[in-house]
Amino acid sequence: MSFMSRLPRFRSPSPVPCQQVVEMVTDYVEGVMPGADRRRLEHHLAGCRYCTAYLAQMRETIRLAGRITPDDLTPEMRAQLTDLYRRWRTEG
Amino acid sequence: MDADAALLARLRDGDEQAFTDLVGRYHSSMLRLAMSFVSSQAVAEEVVQDTWLAVLRGLGRFEERSSLRTWLFTILVNRARSTGEREARTVPVADAGPVVDASRFGPNGGWTLPPEDWAEAAENRIDAAKLSGLLRGCLDGLPGRQRDVVLLRDVEEMSSAEVCQVLAISEANQRVLLHRGRSKLRQVLESELGGGPR
Repeated sequence: MSFMSRLPRFRSPSPVPCQQVVEMVTDYVEGVMPGADRRRLEHHLAGCRYCTAYLAQMRETIRLAGRITPDDLTPEMRAQLTDLYRRWRTEG
Repeated sequence: MDADAALLARLRDGDEQAFTDLVGRYHSSMLRLAMSFVSSQAVAEEVVQDTWLAVLRGLGRFEERSSLRTWLFTILVNRARSTGEREARTVPVADAGPVVDASRFGPNGGWTLPPEDWAEAAENRIDAAKLSGLLRGCLDGLPGRQRDVVLLRDVEEMSSAEVCQVLAISEANQRVLLHRGRSKLRQVLESELGGGPR
């Protein structure tokens, strides 16, 4: 639980609607969100399981993108590049 | 020493296998990146080959002020960009609009069609090869600069500073493109794993 969410209700940050949260997640994940916005967002997340699920989906998306494997080179392309390397070696 | 630094040392020793390994590691990402600057696969392939030759020829001068891959991708983008300019292809316009369809929210901005809890289970529910193919397909379908940024940030796992250097864009621009691109990848996973409009 964040510090802000433990404060009395009249001190709680102005609410952020879910529709706005989905536009804020990248700044949040990237760690570039100004403190006040971050606190508003975290306050919202603490009470919204849907946006929490959305944030988890975004983090999972990023993780899975990191596991995309390179395409295999075609044999022709591989041969061309080997040839390119050998030509370069003889350039001196 | 990281993997790239080790490759660089072997490359400088004239180890052909090091070049093959480097090609295997980066060639397909380079080709993808080149494709967003030029008009055809054939031209992109030429640009990538030119880049490899420039990299080999530049090895002696490379001072390692940046990482090997930043250097590699920077050479590629410079070449692809100048080739693309010669081809005078129009730069794709960034799309606008919300990243989650407005129909999924009520009048107060709360979810009416909320996301489901699949984040923990994605890899158990789709096999790795299918997942990789799915995301690769989506990546290829992203508008040019979004694809470039997601490719370099999330697939190649570069820092935002590196990406900004390679693509010569501002941090703010990079973040907007990343936001839109990542959101689309999420959407593709959602349509496969559950939640959202059918």
